[in-house]
Amino acid sequence: MEVSELKMSTAVIKPPGGWGFIDFKELVAYRDLLRFLVWRDIKVLYAQTILGLSWAVLNPLIQIVIFTIIFGNIAKLSTDGIPYVLFSTIAVVPWTYMSDAMNKASQSLVASQNMLGKVYFPRIIFPITPVLAGTLDFLISLVIIVAVMIYFEVMPTINMVALPLFMFMMVLVPFGIGLWLSSLAIRYRDVKFAMNFVIRLLIYTAPVLYSASAVPEQYKLLYALNPIVSVIQGFRTCLLGGPWDLELIVPGLITGILVVVSGLFYFKRMERVFVDVI
Amino acid sequence: MSSSEKKHNYAIRVDNVSKVYRIGLAQQRYDNIATAMLNAVRSPIKNLKKYRSLYRFTAEELAAIDRTEEADDLIWALRHVSFDIEQGEVVGIIGKNGAGKSTLLKLLTRITPPTIGTMTIKGRVSSLLEVGTGFHQELTGRENVYLNGTILGMRKQEVDRKFDEIVEFSGVSKFLDTPVKRYSSGMRVRLAFSVAAHLEPEILIIDEVLAVGDASFQQRCIDKMQDVGQHGRTVLFVSHNMPAVTMLCPRAILLQSGQIVADGKTQTVIDEYLSGGRQNTSSVSWDDPADCPSGSVARLRAVSVKDASGKLSDHFSVAEPVTVEMAYDVVEPGHVLMPRFRLHNEQGLHILTTIDQNNEWSNAARPTGRYRSSFTIPANFLSTGRISVTASLVTRVPDKLQFRAEGAVAFTMIDSMGPNTARGDWPGRFEGMVRPYFPWQTEFQPAAEPTAELALLNS
Repeated sequence: MEVSELKMSTAVIKPPGGWGFIDFKELVAYRDLLRFLVWRDIKVLYAQTILGLSWAVLNPLIQIVIFTIIFGNIAKLSTDGIPYVLFSTIAVVPWTYMSDAMNKASQSLVASQNMLGKVYFPRIIFPITPVLAGTLDFLISLVIIVAVMIYFEVMPTINMVALPLFMFMMVLVPFGIGLWLSSLAIRYRDVKFAMNFVIRLLIYTAPVLYSASAVPEQYKLLYALNPIVSVIQGFRTCLLGGPWDLELIVPGLITGILVVVSGLFYFKRMERVFVDVI
Repeated sequence: MSSSEKKHNYAIRVDNVSKVYRIGLAQQRYDNIATAMLNAVRSPIKNLKKYRSLYRFTAEELAAIDRTEEADDLIWALRHVSFDIEQGEVVGIIGKNGAGKSTLLKLLTRITPPTIGTMTIKGRVSSLLEVGTGFHQELTGRENVYLNGTILGMRKQEVDRKFDEIVEFSGVSKFLDTPVKRYSSGMRVRLAFSVAAHLEPEILIIDEVLAVGDASFQQRCIDKMQDVGQHGRTVLFVSHNMPAVTMLCPRAILLQSGQIVADGKTQTVIDEYLSGGRQNTSSVSWDDPADCPSGSVARLRAVSVKDASGKLSDHFSVAEPVTVEMAYDVVEPGHVLMPRFRLHNEQGLHILTTIDQNNEWSNAARPTGRYRSSFTIPANFLSTGRISVTASLVTRVPDKLQFRAEGAVAFTMIDSMGPNTARGDWPGRFEGMVRPYFPWQTEFQPAAEPTAELALLNS
């Protein structure tokens, strides 16, 4: 049994030193806790609301309506001939998830500093929790995408098979950014103030409101380094069909993975001082 | 502790562990607007350095651990702490606030790492640093049991297994599906403690949980902890509640300014703690008139505790009388004085107050000179434990406090059994605030034989 196995375990606690990687074995041992925390986040989010989970749909829906009126009808941004509602819906749904997950993950340690100082469990559970909890909202809000696609009679193409990859990236990227920002935020509370601005910056730099084809050719590579560009562009190509513009997708995938891997190292290195600098 | 490593089956080994914190340096103050503005421009870099330095220590700073004078912004929360705790041992950790108890627990529970030194821990550690960690207002009692249980290190199946027991112990079974925010604070604490009390780690670390709940709940908690200790688990118990430490832990460790100053049998360590390092607490005196507790009329010169033979002592049997005396100088004649003693026990409970009011000086205006006023606590009056004495003196009409020496002296009442004690030959638990030896009467009536009355009725 579990307990007797643990009985033999001997932990040696030493002063921290050097770089290390996240202890995934330990994380697995705490999977029940992770599950309960994710489930708590989900349950608590819409506690004492009238509309409950409908907010998961309403939130992106209202954004889509606003964007469509302002950027589609008034500013008349180019969308490569795609109806603006369709064009923005496909981007806004994953974008809503990503910005939300990024925001919550980066605040996760500061928000739980009370718990941080009182009980030990793998610290990485803190930024993972909001990233996973948000996926339920995302799955519910997929309804909007399906509805809009049916309305515009968009036929799924073979591109659809790549969608899970981009959904995976959609979860991974906020996780990676959350790792960096949460460990920075606990030491420098500036992150909290910078987050608003960063998220706004990201929504304008990512092709959420406009088409990536509007970006001048010479800046394309630089532009595509943003992992969010890769995810949004991936979603559009998967759902709407058409040729793959790998120049817009591959660089972002690479930076996305780099952010996650470096974030794991950085988080591990910083996690030992979290409690001392609260 | 012996050094033969192999033989000892230790659960916790702490080897020369130290922990340093940097307290933020005081903020600079600016004399004028110009320097303040200049500083506003420079401060981001300064702030960055400041916040980085919070967790970075130079080799020089760390080498200063043994230097007696403190670095201006470093605090050694723990300094060269070493001890072994064997498997199944129940050990109390005591010390004043800021002595390093909480830091030690935080290191043992891996909340924060040591700066220097190594700790080896065998088995799973669970801590009750504060009950109710992770409780969420919006979740129901049932949900919080699961959440809190897993936060404290249980697996879901473990919580499943103990769920009924936990709920029953807490006594909130009726409200299990109500959000915790609608609970009274007492219910919340009881539920939280129940979860914690049902952890089954090899090493349990408890910090001040006894401060929660009402008396009957506290008793249940103590019983539960004794139970845990008897099941061969290692328990570390941090508390200010000395009777609880005495009752639960055969061994205690006393921390003071981050160092271990005593480690051994609980009663000895507690005495050391309560005496505050003073070797003998039976007397205190002020030789310098400028230095003593004083008012315009009277000055306190000495307070002492003596046994029946007039010898200074700070240990008494409960079956022994105790004499408490204060010596004071009256420097302004013509006042009526009221010397007064107050006795507190180790929980800070005020046991009694007594004033000088039944001798020839009680209501007389006093000339200047040296006075000694004393009273005697009869044998078989105080219960066991540490008693601290506060001496004060008031001049009457108008009433004016001349001096007060809080905890001037202290003494320990030691349990005793035998003839002429309240216990007699009963060796079991014997509680109570006081320990009087009352005269008892027992009347006897022989077993009923059919009496004339009954015989009459039966006929």
